[in-house]
Amino acid sequence: MYEKTIAQLSAGLASGQFSSEELTRVFLERIERSNPQLNAFITVTAESALAQAQAADQRRQRGEAGPLTGIPIAHKDIFCTNGVRTSCGSQMLDRFIAPYDATVVERLNTAGAVMLGKTNMDEFAMGSSNETSYYGPVRNPWDLNAVPGGSSGGSAAAIAARLTPGATGTDTGGSIRQPAALCGITGIKPTYGRVSRWGMIAYASSLDQGGPMARTAEDCALLLTAIAGFDPRDSTCVDQPVPDYAAALNRPLAGLKIGLPKEYFGTGLDNTVAAVIETAVTEYRKLGAETVEISLPNSQLAIPAYYVVAPAECSSNLARFDGVRYGHRCDNPKDLLDLYTRSRAEGFGAEVQRRILVGTFALSAGYYDAYYLKAQQIRRLISDDFRRAFDQVDVIAGPTSPTVAFNLGEKVDDPITMYLSDIYTIAVNLAGLPSLSLPAGFVGQRPVGLQLIGNYFAEERLLSVAHRYQQVTDWHNRVPAAFA
Amino acid sequence: MEWETVIGLEIHAQLATKSKIFSAAATAYGAEPNTQACAIDLGMPGVLPVLNQEAVRMAAMLGLAIGANIARRSIFARKNYFYPDLPKGYQISQYELPVVEKGELLIDLDDGSSRIIGVTRAHLEEDAGKSLHEDFHGQSGIDLNRAGTPLLEIVSEPDLRSAKEAVAYMKKLHQMVVYLGICDGNMQEGSFRCDANVSVRPKGQSQFGTRAEIKNLNSFRFVERAIEFEIERQIDLIESGGKVVQETRLYDPDKGETRPMRSKEEANDYRYFPDPDLLPLALDEAFIETVRASLPELPDVKKQRFITQYGLSAYDAEVLTAGRPLSDYYEAVVALLGGEPKLCANWVMGDFSAFLNRDSKEIAASPVNPEQLAALLRRIQDRTISGKIAKDVFEAMWMGAGDPDAIIEQRGLRQITDSSAIEKVIDEVIAANPDQLAQYRAGKDKLFAFFVGQVMKASKGKANPQQVNDVLVEKLKG
Amino acid sequence: MSLGVAEVAKIAHLARLAIRAEAAPAYARNLSAILELVEQMNAVDTTGVAPMAHPLDMAQRLRPDVVAESSQRDRFQAIAPHVEAGLYLVPKVID
Repeated sequence: MYEKTIAQLSAGLASGQFSSEELTRVFLERIERSNPQLNAFITVTAESALAQAQAADQRRQRGEAGPLTGIPIAHKDIFCTNGVRTSCGSQMLDRFIAPYDATVVERLNTAGAVMLGKTNMDEFAMGSSNETSYYGPVRNPWDLNAVPGGSSGGSAAAIAARLTPGATGTDTGGSIRQPAALCGITGIKPTYGRVSRWGMIAYASSLDQGGPMARTAEDCALLLTAIAGFDPRDSTCVDQPVPDYAAALNRPLAGLKIGLPKEYFGTGLDNTVAAVIETAVTEYRKLGAETVEISLPNSQLAIPAYYVVAPAECSSNLARFDGVRYGHRCDNPKDLLDLYTRSRAEGFGAEVQRRILVGTFALSAGYYDAYYLKAQQIRRLISDDFRRAFDQVDVIAGPTSPTVAFNLGEKVDDPITMYLSDIYTIAVNLAGLPSLSLPAGFVGQRPVGLQLIGNYFAEERLLSVAHRYQQVTDWHNRVPAAFA
Repeated sequence: MEWETVIGLEIHAQLATKSKIFSAAATAYGAEPNTQACAIDLGMPGVLPVLNQEAVRMAAMLGLAIGANIARRSIFARKNYFYPDLPKGYQISQYELPVVEKGELLIDLDDGSSRIIGVTRAHLEEDAGKSLHEDFHGQSGIDLNRAGTPLLEIVSEPDLRSAKEAVAYMKKLHQMVVYLGICDGNMQEGSFRCDANVSVRPKGQSQFGTRAEIKNLNSFRFVERAIEFEIERQIDLIESGGKVVQETRLYDPDKGETRPMRSKEEANDYRYFPDPDLLPLALDEAFIETVRASLPELPDVKKQRFITQYGLSAYDAEVLTAGRPLSDYYEAVVALLGGEPKLCANWVMGDFSAFLNRDSKEIAASPVNPEQLAALLRRIQDRTISGKIAKDVFEAMWMGAGDPDAIIEQRGLRQITDSSAIEKVIDEVIAANPDQLAQYRAGKDKLFAFFVGQVMKASKGKANPQQVNDVLVEKLKG
Repeated sequence: MSLGVAEVAKIAHLARLAIRAEAAPAYARNLSAILELVEQMNAVDTTGVAPMAHPLDMAQRLRPDVVAESSQRDRFQAIAPHVEAGLYLVPKVID
């Protein structure tokens, strides 16, 4: 059962081939067996998963099942789950039992999905390799010496190793797409405002967006249909109807105009990755799409602008972790200042502290204009680049990451090199556009992801463009040998 | 040297919404600690703010009432600092683009003159919680019930020149927000409080002196005393060769002095930036016009109307329009009685207000409603009872004895207007006091009052005083 | 811009992070490198470009003034490090 996609499992449940309880037990067993190796889960909620599965089976008997009823999934540990530890990959929240559900969690619960547990992640979603987690790094199922990418590395690795058929992730600068690429799965970052951020622990509020991760675009469509949509609790959530994403998957590609930004194929892109991407682009041409070279002239400014905007917002978002109302509190604070500085220094890891410091600096008196304001202006330029591009093309395609998965420890001491691995994903967050990564081949044992970028609220199109490709390729069906 | 004082006030008015500015928790005062602090107010991970439309409407009301510009687009910003009563580590406020800009307020001074004071801006923000310093084993206790309560911070221009002017401005603004119904004005509960920026400069100098900010003044008296102390302190300091330093100070009402605030010693760097969780607040013409149409008549306008429409003195009009409940009550009585505005004014300002005061009652809780008071005044008007008897009837009404007519009937207070009955009483009184009669007739006019008193006494106050006068004059002539 | 140990200490204080003296030089180095990276922004003239704070050009939605929360103090304080009599306790606050 574990080798099936969500769509296939949904059909199996509907036809009575197996029950949700049986299915849930299969995945729980696989987690129990493989998680010690992969470290993809921080918390496994076996007991409540079985209870949810039984409830789903009863619901099915009553004839009230939907496409996700009884489907096991996992949540990135950034989403608050009522009564279950929500750590955000940080010592700060190691003992934080969330007293409410995130909207995304609530909606999947309502759909009848079964939560297997909470997946590992870079601390507070700050990282590109999953090595900043307080709970230790996640390993890439394709090569246990390689990183799975980050920050949603636990979700990506768990799906690739078939420990769960689907999971939630969040993407602030590539945190869904880059690990999806490095683990050979499919993940979509929706348009900013498409999915509610309520209950999703904030890293950089104007960039953060939750989205689904699964093996296929079809599965992502099923999950996204369930989690997307207006939420009165999030002021930045857009009140626009949610289409049935799965219904539009088979739209033909003939006449589709794909833009290939020359900046995404230049220096910095690994040759072997480039070759895989070019093959994928050729496949699209065969499917009837037209490709044109485009330019996103301010691409090289995305990382600099991001590393001002995101740290600035995070420095403020993470101020609430002060040891007073919840979270880590240092022992025997001698005064108020000591309580703050020690609780925070003990509770946060090095990368989080670095970003808080950078952000604090960028907003401080005398530097605001030169850093924060400047970055907001660059953000406008980057966004305008995309606006112009979408006057010419329907979809933009390119590599998700400049390289395949790198080795554990390889970049951990060099923040700048680490930051550059998000070079193709970050601009999308600055602009707020939807974007998807899908498996497009391998370099050796390590997967390569193809990134598709759409115009605002063009998730339907992105998913169908990815789905058509997955109809004629089988990269998404490859299983890492150790977990087959 | 002659010194000039320069004062600017920052007034925080808690808006009278039911729920908080960014959450659906209640704003009621006095609840058990932390029972009105929801996940948003506590700054829990993953929570998000959503703006309360009523707070926006109230801010616009004040803006329109002081002739200010209502920003069509304003921005919420985060003011970042760490403090235990500030759960998120930042306060959501407005910084660069506030919702209200450039208004003015007319203040009346003791000498009868008035001045226009500029209002620089008014912006929406959230209140913080409270630190309780009672001894919890040497620790402070934090109550976050107040966290997230909507505040309108109203910032004046440095136009005020004395402590008295500052108080006059604050009182006028207090009257305004209460009139508009956007703030309960309860200063003891902190619903209306003030920070004062005070500096002095040699008279004639155009640039400002260095200012000190006195925080959290929560009564008119404290504002006056704190500012007066601060002016003296600064002048003494400069005259003895010292320099005023820019700092935040606290007023100690027990000692009657200000002292530097220890926690604010270090220079703050609040790192304001636009709150990414909140989008720009956009207000359109239709919204602003709806708010404008809903504005009540403002105190100054109402006062003028009372003078012209009811023929009241400036003093009476001032007293009656000091608060909306009183002016509403007054106008209701006049309307019900169908005239006699002066009589109504005397009663509303007189016995009615005196009883309210005596029992510390709000008008809404008055045992005598406008219908009942008008019914009473109607009985004066139609001479059923005298004004003096009416006072007794009013007291009985206040104590819950029922409608005036019932009281008059039950207690037999109906005025005697039957002239033969009055003549009979007068004849008896004259007959009983031959000495006084003789003295009166010998020219001791003052004794007239004695006879009136005796007649009223004999009639238990019920004889119509005018008739008693008229008949007595004739009878005493002999 | 290159940051020294003293500047890092100042920023760390603003951010309420206790940074050990021996870790300060490494932070100074890392932060300086990050600032160098972000200063690539200066390559572009942005005069007259409107800053973009939000990805979507929308206005703030407003909420009706309705009380919809009841006390969850016990639940919320069950995860608090230090409470007494319904209050969160902290080392003495001085004002």
